[in-house]
Amino acid sequence: MPKWFVPAAVVCGVMFAFSPLVIASADYESTMGLVQKIFYYHMPSAWMFLLSGIVCGIASVRFLTTGDPRHDRTAWAAAEMAVIFGVVTLVTGPLWARRAWGTFWVWDARTTSSLVQWMVAWAYLILRRYGGPGSDKLAAGLALFGVANVGFIYVSVNYWRTIHPATTVVPKLPFSMGFPLWYCVAAFTLLFVILLQMRVRLEEQRATLDTLYLSLDEQR
Amino acid sequence: MMRLAWLILRKDLTVEVRSGEIAYTTLFFAVTCVLVFAFALVREGRAPEDGAAGILWIAVVFAGNLALGRAFERERQAETLRALLMAPAPRTAVYLGKLLGVIALLVGAEIVLVPLIALLFQARLLAHLWWMIAILAAGTTGFAAVGTLFAAMLVRARSRDVLLPVLLYPITVPVIIAGVRGTAALLQPELEVGVVRFWLALLITFDVVFVTLSLWTFESVMTD
Repeated sequence: MPKWFVPAAVVCGVMFAFSPLVIASADYESTMGLVQKIFYYHMPSAWMFLLSGIVCGIASVRFLTTGDPRHDRTAWAAAEMAVIFGVVTLVTGPLWARRAWGTFWVWDARTTSSLVQWMVAWAYLILRRYGGPGSDKLAAGLALFGVANVGFIYVSVNYWRTIHPATTVVPKLPFSMGFPLWYCVAAFTLLFVILLQMRVRLEEQRATLDTLYLSLDEQR
Repeated sequence: MMRLAWLILRKDLTVEVRSGEIAYTTLFFAVTCVLVFAFALVREGRAPEDGAAGILWIAVVFAGNLALGRAFERERQAETLRALLMAPAPRTAVYLGKLLGVIALLVGAEIVLVPLIALLFQARLLAHLWWMIAILAAGTTGFAAVGTLFAAMLVRARSRDVLLPVLLYPITVPVIIAGVRGTAALLQPELEVGVVRFWLALLITFDVVFVTLSLWTFESVMTD
């Protein structure tokens, strides 16, 4: 493990432990009440969800072009992150939407493209798990298509109607709401980096173990 | 390269014309699908509004899944896949030939499906025939482009029959959305050309992007 890992993990844990206090100190939104506070976890996790998808896509393209297994391990780890942060996003989102829009789910551009991106991440993991040998390249191809896909879904559903708050809201937030938001974004980003690092390291050790076994077999 | 793709297409079509295996099974399955929907949705001779658009595309996508699964399975069973890949032809030609074969099969199924759905669901699918053909052609190409690549990739994978739809459907969601919306726009009493044109443009963009990506990926994933 790199030197920064343990301090980073401690800082991340402390940040999450204090996050309820920070969120509680934020201004009370009068129309939605307490439910609005979900937003402080929803948006950072949605950003990490998107970031995981991007990391997975870029790592997959680099794996396809270079054939370096390190990129493949990063892509795999990022796909798992996408599933985890996707769950957080897709659970917190409807809870908020029930109060804000009066319904749990709306087929608007963001919700639809997030759902499909989440399904592509699942498909990626299913392929890795059950695809057998050679599934690493297939999965990289899938990730490449998945990244290209999200843009299309976004455009197509946006053409119908979008009621999702745009990201242009974020810079306009007052300090009392902006600070908890950026605090949570920082905590979630740290969590993302730590989990990704842990997962990549696990795969690295697995690969090392495999090569050791193989060399042992050859010596016999 | 187009000549080589044409040769592969002709080989596949010759095998298909002689056995009829994929064409008959696919078509029968698609028609059964449509009938199931007709039993489920048509009440007292009245079909739900816009239902025909969705059912048409579901039938095409299900039939496509079947056709794609078999297209490479035959090469694997006859152990001709290696021969095909060892042939002095660029991999992209192999891909294009296979893609054209799948499109030809699906077009054949659509020629039967469109009048059948128009009849069973009292939908005006044939009212704007040229628009309908354009949307079907663009949608089928996009679906088959991704499908051919994935079917080829999965040919040596374990549990490929299960994995093909698992991978294919999430990726082809845009084709299904655009195809269904475009077809639904054609079913309106007043044709809004702007709406149809938007969905058609989206489908064509999808085709261009995904065929290019497939041609690029096919080379690197089809290595022994």
